[in-house]
Amino acid sequence: MTTTKTSPTSRTTTRALRCSAALAAGGLLITACSSSAGTDSGQSGAPSFEGRGPITYVAGKDTTGSVQPMIDRWNKQHPKEKVTFIQLPTDPDAQRRQMIQNAETKSDAYTVLSLDVVWTSEFAAHQWIDRLPQERFPLSRMLKPVVETAKYRGGLYAVPGSSDGGMLYYRTDLLKKAGVSQPPVTWDELKAACAKVKRLPEAKDMSCYAGQFQKYEGLTVNFAEAVNSAGGTVTDAKGTPDVDTPEARKGLDFLVGSAKDGTIPAEGVTYQEEDGRQAFQSGKLVFLRNWPYMYGLAANSGIKGKYAVAPLPGLNGPGASSLGGHNMALSSFAKNKATALDFIKFFTSEENTATQLKKASAAPPYASQYDDKTLIAQYPYLPVLKESILRAVPRPRVVQYGDVTAAVQQHAYAALTGDKSSAQALKDLQAALRKSVAQ
Amino acid sequence: MTKTEIPPGVDAGPSREPVTRRRLAGKPARATAGSGRLAALLVSPTLLVLSIVVIYPTLMALKESLYGPKGLDPATGFISDTEPFVALKNYADIFGAAGERFWNAFWNTTFFTVVTVGLETVIGVAMALIMHKAFRGRGFVRAGILIPWAVPTAISGLLWRWIFNSDGVANALIGHQILWTTEGFHAKVAVIVAEVWKTAPFIGLLVLAGLQVIPKEVYEAARLDGARPPRQFWHITLPLVKPALLVAVLFRCMDALRMFDLPYILVGAQKHSVETLSMLAQNEASNVRFGPASAYAVLLFLYVFLIALAFVRLLGADLVGEGAARRRKKAGRRRMEVTA
Repeated sequence: MTTTKTSPTSRTTTRALRCSAALAAGGLLITACSSSAGTDSGQSGAPSFEGRGPITYVAGKDTTGSVQPMIDRWNKQHPKEKVTFIQLPTDPDAQRRQMIQNAETKSDAYTVLSLDVVWTSEFAAHQWIDRLPQERFPLSRMLKPVVETAKYRGGLYAVPGSSDGGMLYYRTDLLKKAGVSQPPVTWDELKAACAKVKRLPEAKDMSCYAGQFQKYEGLTVNFAEAVNSAGGTVTDAKGTPDVDTPEARKGLDFLVGSAKDGTIPAEGVTYQEEDGRQAFQSGKLVFLRNWPYMYGLAANSGIKGKYAVAPLPGLNGPGASSLGGHNMALSSFAKNKATALDFIKFFTSEENTATQLKKASAAPPYASQYDDKTLIAQYPYLPVLKESILRAVPRPRVVQYGDVTAAVQQHAYAALTGDKSSAQALKDLQAALRKSVAQ
Repeated sequence: MTKTEIPPGVDAGPSREPVTRRRLAGKPARATAGSGRLAALLVSPTLLVLSIVVIYPTLMALKESLYGPKGLDPATGFISDTEPFVALKNYADIFGAAGERFWNAFWNTTFFTVVTVGLETVIGVAMALIMHKAFRGRGFVRAGILIPWAVPTAISGLLWRWIFNSDGVANALIGHQILWTTEGFHAKVAVIVAEVWKTAPFIGLLVLAGLQVIPKEVYEAARLDGARPPRQFWHITLPLVKPALLVAVLFRCMDALRMFDLPYILVGAQKHSVETLSMLAQNEASNVRFGPASAYAVLLFLYVFLIALAFVRLLGADLVGEGAARRRKKAGRRRMEVTA
């Protein structure tokens, strides 16, 4: 009954069929077939991108209504290479599942995929997406950490479409009243500033700080930020776990200690983005780590004009954010790859990312847009966000990201809720990560 | 008076006997071979659909469960194209390294099933008794009781997540902060409360249907004999409603064993306190390990199957309809007599 979750098909036959079908159809696809069938040398021989015609763009549900107008513009300019927008569910897990399903059946229904930045390695390692020619995209004008999220083993497998970085939201009114002139740069400063604020009568019942500490992807983000901000790593550049270190310990200790001494409220371990935002907006928090999306939303709440953003604090100086955002990748099994490549270029152009910033408040990948005076006037957080992204560290770039994030969540959560000491949690986490990366 | 023995088959209606007799009398024995072929022909589309949507996927899942996850080639950084054949290793693993998570999910599933179905049965029967009573505004009460069942599980999961939020209604009511959606026994309690709220009306509904076919005369006789309501309930209502109740409980058991969306949405994925077998299989599949995922799903399938079998065999749950089964038996006996 419920045993039908998998979609096992004889994969080799489908590929053979598809290739022969393409041969019969006139050979447009031969190169595409053979290049994606080459199992080993994705590193050396770049696939050639041929074929022009209609393609599809696959992304999560567009709640802002900003994607279709851009596609319409493309379709007007390229009447013979029309792009159809396929909208997947809002839930990222469901998006990933559908994309994997499409890849597992080697279907050509999906051409250009909008991938969450943490999926790049997995999709690249399975060869579900093509390695892209670096020279055809203006990567040098993009922020370096953002470009890194699109790479796997040095090869470019996607083009950054949008980015995202964590920032520290703080209550300007309370800090000023308490005599704190600058937002905190280190964790100690954060705690000191908070102590001063708490002496104010109106801040008596407030808590200090929160992030996203529920047991879900947000915890991985916050844990990685704490570890990176203390000089540690979760996995090194090659994807090897290296989390059982004194530096990482200091990072986790900040979170665990804060949860224990009440800097983080008790219910902090149930917070996702929205819970934290509600708490901050209703005046329960002095500091909150959150994404830029909340900047505009908070302006419509009771704390309008009473908050600002700063880069995340760290152990001895500014901290390191994790990166969010989406990259555009090209499905290995798609047709009309020449069109697809042009479309990716069009979609990630400076003009379009600026539109996305305005309409969907998606952080652009281009450095110059963060210095644009008119944009800054509209989005005062841009300079802080740029700083945040420049100092950011991508989350572990590993093939088995699902297992890695599950392990991080399990052990970090156990430490946060007091089931384990931070030392034990990191030791267990290191062992668990070794196991899942070795798979 | 409590010996109010009900003639067997009262619930099936009194018109059963004549119908059977009429049909048996009018059916010529010679037609059996031809009608058999016709029956096969008529049933074949159903069988075809069943084999496409049930048997084929089940067999594919069985086959898939014999394959392991694809390996990563450390030299190229690419995942191999084929899945290695590992025979029964995925099944054997539940007794070894990966077993901890499986058994945790297994016990969670069993615990949820036993507790929720137990509570639902008690509450559902109570609901049915209330709905059965004639009183003013009965329509409203019925509708009110049935609404939770009409709400999609995913939605009720969201709804209860609001209630169990750290500053939600549940904490306001008990005046004490419990972080329901964190790990721990309280997360189990949250799932049980939401599940019982949602599905007790289902049992109530089926039991109500069972109650409505109990003839009034039986109660009148009992009353004349001086039986008080509790006695009437234990000795008349419960035995007579048992067939309907057993089917309801069986359906609920099978549903509860496959529980997925409620804990997934209410408490969250990756939460060991509430992870069920379905969630485990889904999690493995979403990490592109279809082999182990299929193995877990197959084990769950067997578990559900065994429970259903136990119900039918041990408790005599009447899935086909008692009347129909008996009629078939009788008809078979008759045919044997004829052919002999």
